[in-house]
Amino acid sequence: MAKKIKITINEVALEIEPGTSILDAARQTGVIIPTLCYHKDLCVAGNCRVCVVEIVGQKRLSAACATPCEDGMDILTNSFKVRNSRKHIIELLLSEHNADCTRCYKNGNCELQKLASDYKIMTQDFIRLSRSKNYTIDHYSPSIIKDDSKCIRCQRCVRTCEEIQGVNALTVAYKGDRMKISTFFEKPMNDVICTNCGQCINHCPTGALVEKNYIEEVWEAIADKGCHVIVQTAPAVRIGLGEELGFKVGSRVTGKMVSALKRLGFDAVMDTDFSADLTIMEEGTELMMRLKRALEDHDPDVKLPMATSCSPGWIKYIEHMYPDYLGYLSTCKSPQQMFGALAKTYYAKAKNLNPAKIVSVSIMPCTAKKFESNRPEMHDSGFRDVDYVLTTRELAIMIKQAGIDFMRLEDMSFDSLMGESTGAGVIFGATGGVMEAALRTVYELVTGRPVPFENLNITPVRGMDGVKEASIKIESPIQEWAFLDGVELKCAVAHGLINAKKVMDSIISGESHYHFVEFMACPGGCLGGGGQPIPTNPEIRRKRAEAIYAEDEGMPLRKSHQNPEILKIYNDFLLKPMGEKSHQLLHTKYSPRKRF
Amino acid sequence: MSTPIYQLKRVDFIFKDEKDWKEILKNSINRPAHELINELISSELKGRGGAGFPTGLKWKLAAEVDDPIKYVICNADEGEPGTFKDREILSKVPLKVLTSMAVCGHVIGSKEGYIYLRGEYFFLQPELNKSIGEFKDYCNEINFDFTIKIFMGSGAYICGEETALFESMEGKRGEPRNKPPFPSTFGYLGKPTVINNVETLAHCYTIFEYGSKRFYDLGVQYSRGSKLFSVSGDTPKPGIYELELGMSLVDFVDEFGDGDTKAVQVGGASGFLVPRKGFRETTIGFQGKLTGISLPTGGSMMLFNSSRSMYNVLDNYLEFFREESCGQCTPCRVGCQQLLNGIKAVKRGEKNAQYLNKLMRLTETMQYTAKCGLGQSVANSFSAIVENFREEMIY
Repeated sequence: MAKKIKITINEVALEIEPGTSILDAARQTGVIIPTLCYHKDLCVAGNCRVCVVEIVGQKRLSAACATPCEDGMDILTNSFKVRNSRKHIIELLLSEHNADCTRCYKNGNCELQKLASDYKIMTQDFIRLSRSKNYTIDHYSPSIIKDDSKCIRCQRCVRTCEEIQGVNALTVAYKGDRMKISTFFEKPMNDVICTNCGQCINHCPTGALVEKNYIEEVWEAIADKGCHVIVQTAPAVRIGLGEELGFKVGSRVTGKMVSALKRLGFDAVMDTDFSADLTIMEEGTELMMRLKRALEDHDPDVKLPMATSCSPGWIKYIEHMYPDYLGYLSTCKSPQQMFGALAKTYYAKAKNLNPAKIVSVSIMPCTAKKFESNRPEMHDSGFRDVDYVLTTRELAIMIKQAGIDFMRLEDMSFDSLMGESTGAGVIFGATGGVMEAALRTVYELVTGRPVPFENLNITPVRGMDGVKEASIKIESPIQEWAFLDGVELKCAVAHGLINAKKVMDSIISGESHYHFVEFMACPGGCLGGGGQPIPTNPEIRRKRAEAIYAEDEGMPLRKSHQNPEILKIYNDFLLKPMGEKSHQLLHTKYSPRKRF
Repeated sequence: MSTPIYQLKRVDFIFKDEKDWKEILKNSINRPAHELINELISSELKGRGGAGFPTGLKWKLAAEVDDPIKYVICNADEGEPGTFKDREILSKVPLKVLTSMAVCGHVIGSKEGYIYLRGEYFFLQPELNKSIGEFKDYCNEINFDFTIKIFMGSGAYICGEETALFESMEGKRGEPRNKPPFPSTFGYLGKPTVINNVETLAHCYTIFEYGSKRFYDLGVQYSRGSKLFSVSGDTPKPGIYELELGMSLVDFVDEFGDGDTKAVQVGGASGFLVPRKGFRETTIGFQGKLTGISLPTGGSMMLFNSSRSMYNVLDNYLEFFREESCGQCTPCRVGCQQLLNGIKAVKRGEKNAQYLNKLMRLTETMQYTAKCGLGQSVANSFSAIVENFREEMIY
């Protein structure tokens, strides 16, 4: 380790590792320097200049995020000069910003608003540039609203789209006063390669990028006595929702969430975890059938590796970027859409309801799900399978609007028929979770024994590495699967589309040979989704993952094929995985898209 | 301390013929690198783009980095309003520039050089390519491995800023980078890079030809050698002149003014405006500890006579900056808009005259906090014009 260097910050001496930025060094000593363009997930840009500090002896101020400490530096973070400059910069940002805060969706959770409040910018001395600018609002996407009048040009969205997702749907256009964040040829967001993942929303400090919300529509449906409104909640919502409602990061609020949804007036509160278990049954069976065709029948047309299809951001990405490889995707719908199709068929029949009167709502950690539910092919029930998709954040808003004291709610359980789940369904919310859930079931169905990992925890596929690989050797399978004896099942897991790209490229180049690959669009999987509470950072995602795995360990059943309601639906309705009914309701196809 | 009065001294090095270039190249590349570096250091040549970084030191820093791949870049993105000297150098004596680039390659251990040519100078390309071809042929003849290519800019002023220039060459948006790291360690494609102005390289040739002493003997302390000046504005004899550094502005105005000079803009829009009362105490050169007011310049000298409205001059500069800011950093992007709209509002009477003071404080913030030289230097002409021609701003 290199020798430590000595610096002083606000006259306090400290020793730090060489190469540490002034910002990090200050944080180590409890000195907080405000930032806007800086984000832990992203490369340093140094363009907002809010974090400027004075290095004694230098005339110019330096951006704390972008300046490494040097031995002997004498740094002032709150000198007269620094404070004046910082205030000027905040005033400048505000002069260009549509600061109509009470009408802003992000009111109360805006980094610029907080700075303005901290520095008590009470006057508007500079000219209001925002008034004379021709700002546009792009609301064409079903998932994302982009309002240029709120943009502070920090480029966090641009860096997110490039560095985390490798999509580059958002980019900087023009220069000088006309400089703005835009898309290819300034097309609307629904007409470019945007995957609707919503990571830009999670990383936007202001209200320039927000989800398109359907809160009022859902309230209206609830109020309509003629409607039967059912709701499903995704696995990652129960470990994120608490953050919006006063709980600390990583709190599990499943029972309170169910109670709150019932109080909001939903007629039935059920669980996407149920359809996650169902996905495992269908997808696991599909995998075993593909393996059979490949290894026993030696069918040259079979597509391996099989890629998961739960993440709608990933689906749109592969449709744009690898349209020739859509055959590799599992044909299974995502758990949300499986649930939606069943809600207006299986559930309607069992409860004797008119499916036309059912409004199906889903609570998702995701903005791409809004797009997914809007896809024309998602009408297999004869109706739109999922009517409204709300993010975790939107649900929190509804709970606050309804005046529910979330902290004091009693725990309640999901309604039956499609509310029962296993730990395998829960871990869908974390990267590697679908893989782990699938392996727990596939291995056991093939060999008759549980997966050979302590306490069913398949740790190699867990964790925050961008690409994870694992293999399981299948030994002495039951008669039906004898051809799998000795086969080493090779798997990979990728999260964040930039990592998905790496894995796809290595598969296409022939460098990697896998049987099964899990792809998730967002970093950390759904728990880091674009609809989850803001802020996000590696530490927050790690804590949410811990909560997911704790939830799994606490479940009495942890394998999808043991879910009693799954057994029931196959007995009463679907008959068998990959059967005729399944094909009709639970499977889908994909369409190639252009790259521009 | 009394300011020494220097008469203007015309010099003729730069445009002197370049017929000996082969000999100079051959001799130079046979000299050890440290000797050439010392030659440049003792000449005290400073960067002629305007920033004035010691050229010898720049080469030395890049030479000291251990990397098999390094680059030499000639910055020919001459975009500062009022400068047109690099264009003349590249059309009259291109081989001097090419020779110095190759010598730099020999010194730092680089085999590739690029000329980043301003987009508007596309018409120089055919002739320049011919010279590059001739140069390459000779390099092949003497078995010296160095290749020069032209990279065409697209017209953004900011791409003359060295790190924005690298970004532009890499196919990205021309936006300045954070510094450190500096180009000598992390330049084009992240490799150690020497980037010199066209004129700097032409002076290097002079030094290789005549030795550092001939160069050092010109000029004054801290500002050695000669420099090309692009003289424009209200002058009976606009043009390009090679003059010794260290001249006083009053001598310059005596020589080039039309008898009615009100102010001189030294160093283009991003440079300094000197009103008549400051002519005597101002010299042209690099700021040193002992000099009085000494102004650096990339070569642009614009003269304004009493028929000019300084409000219009400033308005023109600010419109230029508002458009040419890359737009990434707040103080420059929004600051330039505020300054421009601000002086307009004062002129129209929508803001009172005190508002100019607020704008002056804003330029100070821009100077302290902008990410690159563009935003930092807007303050220079703004404060000089507003301070010295305040009544023209208001009425």
